[in-house]
Amino acid sequence: MSIKPNTELKSNAPSGDLQTKWQRHRFEMKRVNPANKRKFNVIVVGTGLAGGAAAATLGELGYNVKSFCVQDSARRAHSIAAQGGINAAKNYPNDGDSVYNLFYDTIKGGDYRSRESNVHRLAEVSNNIIDQCVAQGVPFAREYGGLLDNRSFGGAQVSRTFYARGQTGQQLLLGAYSALMRQVNKGTVKMYTRYEMLDLVTVDGVARGITTRNLVNGEVESFAADAVVLATGGYGNLFFLSTNAMGSNATAAWRCHKKGAFFANPCYTQIHPTCIPVSGDYQSKLTLMSESLRNDGRVWVPKESSKGKNPVDIPESERDYYLERIYPSFGNLVPRDVASRQAKFRVDENNGVGATGVAVYLDFKEAIGRLGKDAVSAKYGNLFQMYEKISGENPYETPMKIFPAVHYTMGGLWVDYNLQSTIPGLHVLGEANFSDHGANRLGASALMQGLADGYFVIPYTLGHYLGSTALAPVDENHDAFKASVMAVKAQEEKLFNIKGEKTVDDFHRQLGKIMWENVGMSRSKETLTKAIEEIPKLKEEFWQNVRVPDDRNVKNAEIEKAGRVADFLELGELMARDALEREESCGGHFREEHQTPENEAKRDDENFCHVGAWEHNSAGWTRHQEELEFENVKLVTRSYK
Amino acid sequence: MGNDNSTEMTIHLKIWKQDGPGKKGEFISHEAKGLSSEMSFLEMLDVVNEDLVRLNQRPIEFDHDCREGICGTCSMVINGEAHGPDKEITTCQLHMRKFKDGDTITVEPFRAKAFPIIRDLVVDRSSFDRVIESGGYVSVNTGGAQDANSLPINKPDSDLAFEAATCIGCGACVASCKNASASLFVSAKLAHLSFLPQGKIEQDARTLAMVRQMDTEGFGACTNTEACEAACPKGISVENISRMNRQFLKASIKER
Ligand SMILES: Cc1cc2nc3c(=O)[nH]c(=O)nc-3n(C[C@H](O)[C@H](O)[C@H](O)COP(=O)(O)OP(=O)(O)OC[C@H]3O[C@@H](n4cnc5c(N)ncnc54)[C@H](O)[C@@H]3O)c2cc1C
Ligand code: FES
Repeated sequence: MSIKPNTELKSNAPSGDLQTKWQRHRFEMKRVNPANKRKFNVIVVGTGLAGGAAAATLGELGYNVKSFCVQDSARRAHSIAAQGGINAAKNYPNDGDSVYNLFYDTIKGGDYRSRESNVHRLAEVSNNIIDQCVAQGVPFAREYGGLLDNRSFGGAQVSRTFYARGQTGQQLLLGAYSALMRQVNKGTVKMYTRYEMLDLVTVDGVARGITTRNLVNGEVESFAADAVVLATGGYGNLFFLSTNAMGSNATAAWRCHKKGAFFANPCYTQIHPTCIPVSGDYQSKLTLMSESLRNDGRVWVPKESSKGKNPVDIPESERDYYLERIYPSFGNLVPRDVASRQAKFRVDENNGVGATGVAVYLDFKEAIGRLGKDAVSAKYGNLFQMYEKISGENPYETPMKIFPAVHYTMGGLWVDYNLQSTIPGLHVLGEANFSDHGANRLGASALMQGLADGYFVIPYTLGHYLGSTALAPVDENHDAFKASVMAVKAQEEKLFNIKGEKTVDDFHRQLGKIMWENVGMSRSKETLTKAIEEIPKLKEEFWQNVRVPDDRNVKNAEIEKAGRVADFLELGELMARDALEREESCGGHFREEHQTPENEAKRDDENFCHVGAWEHNSAGWTRHQEELEFENVKLVTRSYK
Repeated sequence: MGNDNSTEMTIHLKIWKQDGPGKKGEFISHEAKGLSSEMSFLEMLDVVNEDLVRLNQRPIEFDHDCREGICGTCSMVINGEAHGPDKEITTCQLHMRKFKDGDTITVEPFRAKAFPIIRDLVVDRSSFDRVIESGGYVSVNTGGAQDANSLPINKPDSDLAFEAATCIGCGACVASCKNASASLFVSAKLAHLSFLPQGKIEQDARTLAMVRQMDTEGFGACTNTEACEAACPKGISVENISRMNRQFLKASIKER
C-alpha cells in the first residue's frame, strides 16, 4: 500500500459485483500474524459505540491499544443517550426484509448521496451486530415466546428496528464498554479517561500519534503509535442548542482536518423532527423524543377555526394530521428531513401551537385508545417520563409539543472503503466520518454504523494498513511531537491571555443563532452569504474579547469549552461554504432555490452526484469531489407519498 | 411552550468549593437572581457560572454531559439528598420549579472514600470502572456469535435483566449510603448478567471478583438501610443486593 495521502479521493472499494465486494475485499486484504499484533501500538480516540467497539475488538485481536475519552468513564460517551433502536436485516417478522432491502432503503433515505459499496457492507454486517450484542448480554426487548421484538422507524416499510425500551444506546454502549473493560483487565487496552485530544501528530504525512490535555490537571502530553483511530462523534453542538450531549464537539476531527484530512459534506445536518421545544434564553440543550414515538403518535396542528384552543378540546374534524394527509403511504413515518420541514412550514404559515407558536402536536390519544395505557407505557414509559419532567405536562393526557432540533451530522472526515482518511494511518469511524448516510440518515442506523465500523470493519482494514505499510519507528521525542505539544500549549496560553469581556458561551450562543437562522432547516444563497460574512467577524471578536477564567493546571471547564468553540467558529464557516456550493436540495440540505412546486427537495444529479470534500490550506479551503457511481440502484426522486 | 408558567425566582446558594484533590474545601454563598422556574438545576448553575466569570471570579466545576438523565455524569448532593428532592431523577433532570422563590439550597459533591474529590463538585468515580473491569462482562470475543434468535429467553427474565441493566453508574447509591457502600451498583450489574443464560456460565467467578474488588476500592459494607434504592434515579431495587449476597455465599462455599 502506498503511503501517500489519498488526495485523489480514491474510494479503494473493489470493483465488480456489489453483493460479494466485502467478502472479496476481506480475502484480498493483508493480515497481521497473531504473534506480531502486540508489537503494534494503536490509539483509539473515543469510547462511544464506534470507538468502544473498535478498541475492544482490536484489543481482543492482540494489538496494544490506548483508548481515550473526555468523559470520566468510557461508559458515558454520548452514544449512551440513543433512545429508539438499531436496524438490522434479520427479517425476523417475515415482512420481506433482506440485506438488499436495508441497503436500498439506506441509499434512498440518504437521497442518493452515499457510496453504494459502503452502504451495502453496512447492511451486510447489520445482522452480525445483533448476534454479537445478544451474546454479550444486551437485553433487547423480547416477545412472550422469548424471541426478539422489532419496531418500525422512519423511511422503512418493514419492522427491522431492535430496541431496549427507550434506552437502546445505553444498552449497546454498556455491551461495548464491558467488552472494553474486559480487555483493560487483560492488559491489551489502557484507558485514558478525562483526556482531550487536541492535535494529530503526523510524521512525513503519516498519522503517528496525538497530543492531549489531561482534563484533571491540565498537563499537555503526546502519545506515539503506529495508527490512530478517531471515533469522536458528530458536531451538532456547533448550533449551541442540539440534542447532543454537552461535551460533544468537533475538536478532534477539526484538528485532523487542519493537519490535512479532508472534511466531506460538512453542510449535511440532520434536524430531528421530534424534540422538546425551546423554553427560554437560558436553554442549554434540547431533548429528543425518540422517532419510535412516531410508530404510535400522530402529528397534527389545529385547523384555522380551532387555533389557540386547548388541544384536548379540539375535535377530530378540526385537526390537520398533515403528514398523513400529504404522505398517505408513509404517514407519520416519513424520513426525518421531510417531517422536520413540514413542521417548519406549519409554523411559518402561523399554524404552530404553544405559547410562542413554534411547535406542533404529537398525540397518543388514538394509540392509548387502541392499545391501552399500559401497553403504551411499556413501549415508551421512560420517554413519557422524560417529557413530563422537562415540560411539566402529562403526555398521557395532553398531546406532546414538539419541534425540530439539530440532532446529527452526516458530514465528517472523508474516508475510503477502509475507513481511512486522506491522511495515511488516520482512520475515522462512527458519526465522525461521512461515509454511510449520504445527505440524510435514517433512524436507527447510526448505532448500526458505529458498531459496524467498530466491531466488523476496522479490525480487518486496520490490519491491512499495518500489514502492508512499512513504518519507521518513532516515539514522543521526535520533533513532530515536541512541536505539537508546543502548539497546543501556545493556543491555550493565547486563550487565557485575551482576558476579554464576553464568556465562551456568549460566543457559542451567537454562533448557534447565526447557524440556525442561516444554515439551518432551509438555506438560500442570501442566508448563506450572510453567514459567511458574519461568522469570520465573530471569530475575530472571539480571539480579541473572550474571557477564559481560572488556571490552566486544574479541572477547568471554561478552557475546555473555549478550545471547542474556537473550532466550531471555523467549521461553521465551512458548513456555510459547502451549503452555498451545493446548488441543489438533497436530504437534510434544503436550498430554497431548488424545490418542487410541492416544496419537496429537488436534487441535481447531473451536477451534484458527488461528495464535496474540503482541503484546508493557507488560502482557506479547496473543494474536491468524489464522484458517486450508482451501478445497482437507479436514481429516482425520493417519494414517500 | 410546554412552559407557559414561568415565574421569576431568587435562590440563596451554599455551594461546596474545593480547589483541588486533598485541598481544604468550604461552602461559599451566592445569591442567584432573575432565575426562571422553568430552568433545569444545571441551567441555573450555568447562569451562576457565567455571572461569576463576568465578575472575574472562577466558576464552580461540576460534572455533566447528556443532561437528560442517562449518562450518569451529573452528581450532586442537593439539600442533603443525592440528585436532590425528587423521586427517580438525576441532578440534570431536576427543575427549579421544585423550589420556592427565596429558598436556600445547599449543593455538595457525592462524598465517599472511594470517590475522591477532584475539584468543587467533581469527583473521581473510576473505582466503578475497576469493579466492572474485574468481571462485569460476558467473556465473548467479537465475531462468530450464533444467530440471536437461536437463544430464546423468557420475557420475564429478560425484563428483569433489563431493569437491572438500566443502572447509569452515577454513584448516587454510594453518596446516599451512610457506609458509602456500592452494593446497589455492583448487585445491579450482577443481576443483569445472571438473569440471562449468556451470563450464567461465569456467574460464580464474576460475583466473587466484583464483590472483592468493591471491598478493595474502599466501599463500605451494606447494612440494609435501603437509602440507596430511595436515591437511585433509575429505581433499581434492593432485591438485587440480597440476590448478590446469596450468590456470593454460594460461590464462596463452592470455591473452598
Ligand atoms: C438523543 C439522541 C438519540 C439518538 N438515538 C439514536 C437511535 O435511537 N438510533 C440510532 O441509530 N442513532 C441514534 N442517535 C445517534 C447516535 O447516538 C450517534 O450518532 C452515535 O451514538 C455516535 O456514536 P460515536 O461512537 O460515533 O460517537 P459518540 O458516542 O459521540 O462518542 C464520541 C467519543 O469521543 C470522545 N471524544 C470526543 N472528542 C474527543 C477528544 N477531543 N479527545 C478525546 N476523546 C474525545 C468522547 O469522549 C466519546 O467517548 C441518537 C443521538 C442522540 C443525540
Ligand atoms: S448529565 Fe447525564 S445523567 Fe445527568
